[in-house]
Amino acid sequence: MNVLVCVKRVPETGGRVTLTADARDIDTRYLGFTVSPHEECAAEEAVRLIEANGGSSTVLTLGPEAASDQLRAAMAIGIDRAILLETDGQDWDPVATAAAIVAAIQAEAAAGVSYDLLLFGNEAADSGDFQVGIRVALALGLPCISGVKSLEINDGVATARREAGGGWDVFEVPLPAVVAVREGINLPRYPSVPGRLRAKKKEIERIVPTAPAAGLTGPAKIRLRLPAETEGRVEVLGTGAEAAPAVVDVLVRIGILSA
Amino acid sequence: MILVLVEQDGGQPSRSSLEAVTAARRLAVAAGVPLEAVLFGAGASGAAAALGAYGVSSAHVVEHARLDAYAPAAWGRSVAELVKAGSPSIVVAVGSDRGQEVLAYAAAMLDAPMAANCVEVRPGELFEVVRQRWGGSLLEEARLDGPVRLLTIAEHATQLEEAAAPSVVAVAPFTPTLSDADLRVRVVARVAPEAGKVSLADARVVVGGGRGVGGSEAFGELEELAALLHGAVGVSRVVTSAGWRPHSQQVGQTGTRIAPDIYIACGISGAIQHIVGCKAAKAILVINTDREAPIMSRAAYAVIGDLHTVVPAISAEIRRRQAS
Repeated sequence: MNVLVCVKRVPETGGRVTLTADARDIDTRYLGFTVSPHEECAAEEAVRLIEANGGSSTVLTLGPEAASDQLRAAMAIGIDRAILLETDGQDWDPVATAAAIVAAIQAEAAAGVSYDLLLFGNEAADSGDFQVGIRVALALGLPCISGVKSLEINDGVATARREAGGGWDVFEVPLPAVVAVREGINLPRYPSVPGRLRAKKKEIERIVPTAPAAGLTGPAKIRLRLPAETEGRVEVLGTGAEAAPAVVDVLVRIGILSA
Repeated sequence: MILVLVEQDGGQPSRSSLEAVTAARRLAVAAGVPLEAVLFGAGASGAAAALGAYGVSSAHVVEHARLDAYAPAAWGRSVAELVKAGSPSIVVAVGSDRGQEVLAYAAAMLDAPMAANCVEVRPGELFEVVRQRWGGSLLEEARLDGPVRLLTIAEHATQLEEAAAPSVVAVAPFTPTLSDADLRVRVVARVAPEAGKVSLADARVVVGGGRGVGGSEAFGELEELAALLHGAVGVSRVVTSAGWRPHSQQVGQTGTRIAPDIYIACGISGAIQHIVGCKAAKAILVINTDREAPIMSRAAYAVIGDLHTVVPAISAEIRRRQAS
């Protein structure tokens, strides 16, 4: 089988976030970058499916040249091919992103490469648009299952589960299909040293996507801001084991334990 | 007209859908236009009637011979057809799994944009929304254009509020034209929740563990405390990525959102992705060796010290008092 996995490069944020002077972006001067968590699991899932069923996997991203790092990270765990839809680093809205991915998949098809499964993350960690996979599926006439935390492929049929009210909803579709996964579907492996070295030597295919036409297509970012926080004062109950009685007093006071 | 998607189960609108209805009604009142709802599934008529308290004037109950289970594309098609028939200026849903999914389909079918997880909507000449990024740790002000604006309202961001004057809901069936393609994806089976387990999302007490716990074996101490408090154990992403605990216990942007009376965060520094998962807690008690950990700024109470000493001491103190 042939699997395509679409990923996004996002900053690795820690305990605090600061914004750039124009408030259009996160200040990433002191931050590393990573693959958005759901998509890291999508890449792992692609590698596992190919290990189990044979075939080939391809990773695709829309982003700046620096997103090559994230494509190589995917190849380091076993993805075979990488495609970079290279931008100047500006955010593309979800409508424009989906259109660029659709165009790339159609170009692949014209060159004789077809995919049985398109894997996405359920939503990107940064923009959280919840729609790129669905837009791509509709444009290509494919079924799409979102929010997936368990996926099995048997005889060309995908069986997927997603959490619903403490239990699970089960979906089933014949391939080809789009599946948008969530973290927890698997535990991504760490890349091996030989894997990293192999990925370093591999070529990345580059395509310059057609920029979105003037005018708005999706939500158009004006600026970012940090939510207002009411920072209360912390009451230090003590140090080490000696604080235990004070902790239990608090648990009694707020009604967790009876006096 | 403003159209709102309402999820319901057994004739009861979901609580989070009512948040979306509350937000949608404010928009409708401000614009002086009626508020209409769309509902699906068995019991939809009963749930529709209950929306009068929230100011809904009419409800479309979707009925179709082939629509017996949740089918995201078919629900999206139904919403898209209602938009074409009724020309709402805004379509609203709650930012639940189904809300996001159905509105994304409807938007794609209508060739319209969609803004997910809005916390504020400012209609006007330039239609602007404030929406959540990074699970809510960052906000984005954005413009939304198009003949119809589709948006989801972030869960837990709107206080429920009934209408000043309740309305009588005119409930009417609506039968969409669905193709085979619209019905390819649908729920074919449901697996019921495990009986008797304290669910992380609903727990009154959550004992959380992070990198500071140090390994999978050491979680016994947290489990013991959670059991004494009839609560659940939650963990940070570091812990699930290391394979120390299953992902189902993760609290955060890519895990579960919790809202307990108290969250006891042990050995957790407080990355923004974790904070968005626990900030609905009424109080946070931090147990950490580092006074400067970012999570301290969110804490109501703190104990400075090694969790491996402090947590067993708390359990012992609870037992001591229960025995006396």
